Amino acid sequence: MASKVIQAYYNDDDILMHAVKKVKAAKHHIEEVYCPFPVHGLDKAMGLAPTRIAITSFMYGCVGLIVSIVMMNYMMIDAWPQDIGGKPSFSYIENMPAFVPIMFELTVYFAAHLMVITFYLRSRLWPFKKAENPDVRTTDDHFVMEIEIHDNESELKDLLSDTGAVEINIAEKNLH
Amino acid sequence: MYTISNRLKMGSIILMVVGLLGIGYGFLAAPSTVAEAKEIVAGHDDGHGGGHGEEASPAVSSEHGEDHDAAHDEHVLHQLQNKPWAALYVGAFFFFMIALGALAFYAIQRAAQAGWSPLLFRVMEGITSYIVPGGIIVFAILVLSVMHMNHLFVWMDADVVAHDALLQGKSGYLNPTFFLIRAAIFLAGWIGYREYSRKLSLAQDEANDDSNFKMNFKISAAFLVFYLISESVMSWDWIMSVDPHWFSTLFGWYVFASMFVSGITVIAMVTIYLKSKGYLEQVNDSHIHDLAKFMFGISIFWTYLWFSQFMLIWYANIPEEVTYYVTRIEDYNLPFFAMVAMNFLFPVLLLMNSDYKRINWFVIMAGLVILAGHYMDVFNMIMPSTVGDQWYIGIPEIGAVLFFAGLFIFWVFRALASAPLQPTRNPFIEESKHFHY
Repeated sequence: MASKVIQAYYNDDDILMHAVKKVKAAKHHIEEVYCPFPVHGLDKAMGLAPTRIAITSFMYGCVGLIVSIVMMNYMMIDAWPQDIGGKPSFSYIENMPAFVPIMFELTVYFAAHLMVITFYLRSRLWPFKKAENPDVRTTDDHFVMEIEIHDNESELKDLLSDTGAVEINIAEKNLH
Repeated sequence: MYTISNRLKMGSIILMVVGLLGIGYGFLAAPSTVAEAKEIVAGHDDGHGGGHGEEASPAVSSEHGEDHDAAHDEHVLHQLQNKPWAALYVGAFFFFMIALGALAFYAIQRAAQAGWSPLLFRVMEGITSYIVPGGIIVFAILVLSVMHMNHLFVWMDADVVAHDALLQGKSGYLNPTFFLIRAAIFLAGWIGYREYSRKLSLAQDEANDDSNFKMNFKISAAFLVFYLISESVMSWDWIMSVDPHWFSTLFGWYVFASMFVSGITVIAMVTIYLKSKGYLEQVNDSHIHDLAKFMFGISIFWTYLWFSQFMLIWYANIPEEVTYYVTRIEDYNLPFFAMVAMNFLFPVLLLMNSDYKRINWFVIMAGLVILAGHYMDVFNMIMPSTVGDQWYIGIPEIGAVLFFAGLFIFWVFRALASAPLQPTRNPFIEESKHFHY
């Protein structure tokens, strides 16, 4: 569905933050804000739901821990029993101190990598993806706030020009 | 300006009195003859239905090669006589260590010219004021040990050294005179820095320029160099040498991690207490959040060192090294592993969530567990070599904790009441007021 959006350009993150708060206070729904770098607190100001990625990360960490235990139990105890540190007990639990570093590393490895992959998927960032940002300047020094227009073009324009926008455009856009 | 409330003052005095009674009881109840010691050990067995006392009989340590009961009974008598002293020493050192850890944290903030923390400087200075009485008490206990009032440090006994080639080899370093000289130098350095830095900190509020602040930066950087060396040597002297045959190269760091996290925890707890009483209005959630992050991070750092020390010794399996852990796992199983749970699992699970680090009562609860855990840590470092399997957390131990807790609270809050709680002319004070994570 193609719809009309208004795009307000800013060149400072503080001004952007104030603008976002003002637009939210006027009860408009902000579709998206494109930034050259992460702006702290912007998600809260925009009213986005808190991220759940930390929960996934915790679960991936648990998976990593289990994988490391199962893997080392198979490799070092079951399939080819090893005499670890001159203590041939052939028991996982009795040799555990030697395994702790690997258990830790795989927990961190799984948590970190799978969290990043989840983040990319959730953000619809896959290879050969076409850029969504409306203007190349958002990769340099400009911030763009995008608001959908519902027959309130002039009202939005007035509001946004009051917030310190350096440029305001109207564009047609395919919203997913 | 903060004034100490009467309730807090009375509370701390009551703690001290009750604690003194407990410590006194510990000394009175200690046996003076072998027969009394036997009676106590027998009584213990009945009381606990075969608890740790049971292991007393088979566990004849290697020092008594020729197995005869009389020597063992004598040994148990010495352990029981050591018990009230060890309890006193663990309590004294634990609270001293909190102040010293807070001092290290303070010096780092000064040397790093941190912008977030100046609002908390007076809290830290209040806590570090305790290193004066705390340090003097620990020093007095060490002097009493050198005077053979107790047998906490076995290498101070000339008879033992005469029959021990290893101790003779170490006697150039481990001898009572040099030991006390080192302790005096370290305490003088720590107390001297604390008093001078506090003076400069107060003078900065009255000054017209930043010269006091700059001077404070310089002495803090210099102090950190002194501290890192002296703290390490202190940990060998005051703690590791209770077991003079055993050594670990990362012991200094391990003790440092313990004191650092305890110090930061107490900074957070005192800050939250003062805030709850309506002081420190400018301290916001983000300051508490940062302190809680340090509590979380340094708890993990402590675990890392604890495990590194354990794993290398476990892996190498060299007899003179593993005895350290064999004693702790056999005779101190519960305190040894409970300590890991309290110092690692608990803070990790409680403080992992970002939002929980801002909930004041949550930080206080986690802090209490961390402090109890690090008391157990000191307990596990001192007790096995001084009282062996005769340990028990009873009246002398709790009495010592109560007494020093009372003294600590009394002294720290008295110091907090002696100056305005908010520095006015610290160049970073505005940044600190607007600190937002």
